[in-house]
Amino acid sequence: MAGATTAGRAHAPSASSKYFRKLSATPGQIALALGIAVFLAFFLIVPVGTVIYVAFTEKGTGEFTLVNFLDFAQTDLFIRSFWNSFYVSAMSVVVASVLALPLAYITTRFEFRGAMLIQTLGFLPLIMPPFVGAVAMLLLFGRNGTVNLLLNDWFGIKIPFMEGLNGVIFVQAVHYFPFILINLSAALRNIDRAMEEAAQNLGSSGFRLFRRIVFPLAMPGYIAGASLVFVKVFDDLATPLLLNVKDMLAPQAYLRVTSIGIADPMGYVISVVLICMSILAMWISARAMRGKDYATVQRGGGGLAKRQMRPWESVLAYGAVLLILLLVLAPHIGLLLLSFATIWSFSPLPDSFTVAHYGRVFGESFVYVKNTLIYASIAGLIDVVLGTAIAYLVLRTKLIGREWLDWAATAALAIPGVVLGIGYLRTFYGVQLPDGTPLATLWIMIVLALAIRRLPYALRACYAALQQISVSLEEAAENLGATKVRTVRRVVLPLMAGGILAGFVTSFATAAVELSATLMLVQSNADAPLAYGLYVFMQSAAGRGPGAALGVIAVLLVALCTFASHLIIEKSQKAKAAGR
Amino acid sequence: MNQSLSISEFDTKAVDVDIRNVNLSYGANHVLKGINLHIRPGEFFAFLGPSGCGKTTLLRLIAGFNQADGGEVLVGGRDVSHLPPWKRDVGMVFQSYALWPHMTVKRNVAFGLEERKVPRAEIEKRVAAALELVGLAHLADRRPSQLSGGQQQRVAVARTIAIEPKVLLLDEPLSNLDAKMRVQVRRELRDLQQRLGLTTIFVTHDQEEANTICDRIAVMNDGIVQQVGTPMELYEKPANLFVANFLGTANILPGRVVREGGERFFDIDGGVRLPIPAHVAVPEGAKLVFRPQHASLGKGGQGDVQLPGTVVHSEFLGSTLRYVVKIGVAEVSIDTPFHSGEALHEPGSPVEIGLSLRSALWLAA
Repeated sequence: MAGATTAGRAHAPSASSKYFRKLSATPGQIALALGIAVFLAFFLIVPVGTVIYVAFTEKGTGEFTLVNFLDFAQTDLFIRSFWNSFYVSAMSVVVASVLALPLAYITTRFEFRGAMLIQTLGFLPLIMPPFVGAVAMLLLFGRNGTVNLLLNDWFGIKIPFMEGLNGVIFVQAVHYFPFILINLSAALRNIDRAMEEAAQNLGSSGFRLFRRIVFPLAMPGYIAGASLVFVKVFDDLATPLLLNVKDMLAPQAYLRVTSIGIADPMGYVISVVLICMSILAMWISARAMRGKDYATVQRGGGGLAKRQMRPWESVLAYGAVLLILLLVLAPHIGLLLLSFATIWSFSPLPDSFTVAHYGRVFGESFVYVKNTLIYASIAGLIDVVLGTAIAYLVLRTKLIGREWLDWAATAALAIPGVVLGIGYLRTFYGVQLPDGTPLATLWIMIVLALAIRRLPYALRACYAALQQISVSLEEAAENLGATKVRTVRRVVLPLMAGGILAGFVTSFATAAVELSATLMLVQSNADAPLAYGLYVFMQSAAGRGPGAALGVIAVLLVALCTFASHLIIEKSQKAKAAGR
Repeated sequence: MNQSLSISEFDTKAVDVDIRNVNLSYGANHVLKGINLHIRPGEFFAFLGPSGCGKTTLLRLIAGFNQADGGEVLVGGRDVSHLPPWKRDVGMVFQSYALWPHMTVKRNVAFGLEERKVPRAEIEKRVAAALELVGLAHLADRRPSQLSGGQQQRVAVARTIAIEPKVLLLDEPLSNLDAKMRVQVRRELRDLQQRLGLTTIFVTHDQEEANTICDRIAVMNDGIVQQVGTPMELYEKPANLFVANFLGTANILPGRVVREGGERFFDIDGGVRLPIPAHVAVPEGAKLVFRPQHASLGKGGQGDVQLPGTVVHSEFLGSTLRYVVKIGVAEVSIDTPFHSGEALHEPGSPVEIGLSLRSALWLAA
């Protein structure tokens, strides 16, 4: 595997290591660290630094100035955009919580048939880009969508689900609520049963018990998920654009750069504001979490006691779950209908069905699928190689400054995709290849942007995998005569394999549907990934059928890959457990 | 610990616990099989047994976390079988302590009183008293994660006794402590229980723990109470092979009773015969059980029976030498006092064993 070569480079021949002992690491490790540092500097720090630099300098002269920010503060459009972005993000968190709370609570606290199925279905929205769902949502919930047509027929009313900012909030909440569901469910499951029993034993029960014990203990998980939703919505570009909402910050940044040009400073100012908001949200969440590692499952623990539901509770619970699932899966259902629809307009359901869209997609647009597979695979590969190497350097060597690699790689979390895209354009447009083409127009730039964006997630997976391996396993191998390189290859990497694969899948699956960074960088249709193709299709009414077909293919693709890797991980874990 | 002052804060009127014919099954798994126990007021009582014997299930049943399929639990004469946990007034200290990490020590201890709507001033007083009682008043504003294991355990105890429960339940309270702390904490627990005079039930799989702090022990196995008694009774007069084996080392010789000319003999499997004294009753299918110190190598004392055996190996334990000797098909341990300069019996050498039949027991499974 690719990680092996990286780790292999980490170690110098033992003969020369003697001379370098003072440096607290072998030359190979130093070289590896430097290589990673250069990569991160070139493709993360310099582009982002450029964006910040441009925002704070005068156009043309390059002198330090705050006048750009003053402009920002005095322009009504930008201030309105800022508050719109803030409002949409906050409301998305609220709506997403309303969707996630009942699912998390019911599936973790009660004996509930299909709890696993619900948790799995809860993941589904994540593997479809939100803007793809937006089109389907328009058809289902829009002014003349299925729901409103029926409501109008039956009660003579229409509900403005999708009008203006409402639409963005609705789509984003449905798309991102799994972040809250996953984090909250994990937090609820990690509460030791005895925590609850102790409270009962001391006289507490019912809602008081929930309010005083269960809820506070699950709070850190909830905040982690909620802040993630906030940041994601704040940074999202394609959904508002597709719903024709332009007065939000991320769309404004994109529009300034694409319509006025990469020299205009306002795009950069907005980028800095976006970065600041991301950092602020993460800082708040980190503060809320500090000193609150409430994962309290201990020996003989096993999560909250699951209770049998009374019949009326069952009815209520199943009803609520079904309703929520129907709602969050509406984009998928709508997309599937749309992909088979001849005409679907002003009617609750499509007029008739056809497979022509799929034919067209396979004929003309297969290049998108191919590109996505290539880009996402390379990005995922880069991520796990870097992730494994950084994890190894940080956890297993004493190299000075090794934490900086970790921090730098993790800092990518705070960089919105649109900002990275703008940074790449600005930084690499001036750099030209021998034949005169700007570096920024090469498809490999898209891959690098995807890799940088997904690196923090892959890195966490690799970290977790390496942390679970006891150092004594490696020492035992060295004691029996294996060199460091051989130890890494024969002991560390095989044991990390599950975690590395998990990291790869996370990177791959999310990179496959990412658009915010790539929207900036795609130069020609031939180089475009799936998400871009979808975006192009979805913008025109005639393209929606084929677009939906492409969307269904994208969802199936990602779902299939995720499911396959899930099987592999499970199998390897079983094998390991059996070997114990 | 300054107890004499604060002890008066606690209103402790000891009550008894009566467990009547309690049964419990998880599906096909019959976990508790007709348990009958009476725990006296103010008693320190232990449920002792191997893991999976049902002791923790029984404790949780008293606390209300398990529901019995049949039978009842009476606390101070009141049937609590159908009360939810929060209405039972039986305080439980959990194996993991279950201290809430989002609350300070003080808030943890105050919790039960707040749930009972005790006036604020009264809560302050009783929390202070409870923490004083376990010697942690100075740590009241810490978080549980900032405390050592022993301190956490004491907070858990303080939190439980603050509500002045009718009964105190301890679920393996020492299992998360290191060996040295264990000895100290178990003395503290005993001390505290004596001062409060609180009926206490203690679950453990460690016979030494049970022996050192409990008034009486119920030995459990396979969902059945095997025997109830003081630690000494259980050691000297075990009711069956399980109890004999579980408390201390027991040698067990299998065999069968034969009658010849009006006399009874015990034929140990493997061809060794010994006479059974006339007045001793031997139950059906019984085996001969004796402790390592009730036999000796050589002639033995007056009235001892002689058995031939072969030394398998020996262990030097300091004050004693333990020989493992083969008698018939069984291997038994025999402790002899160690005298310096004494020659060891080599493995494989034949020896005579003197066994005091007065100390030996005939026990069925």
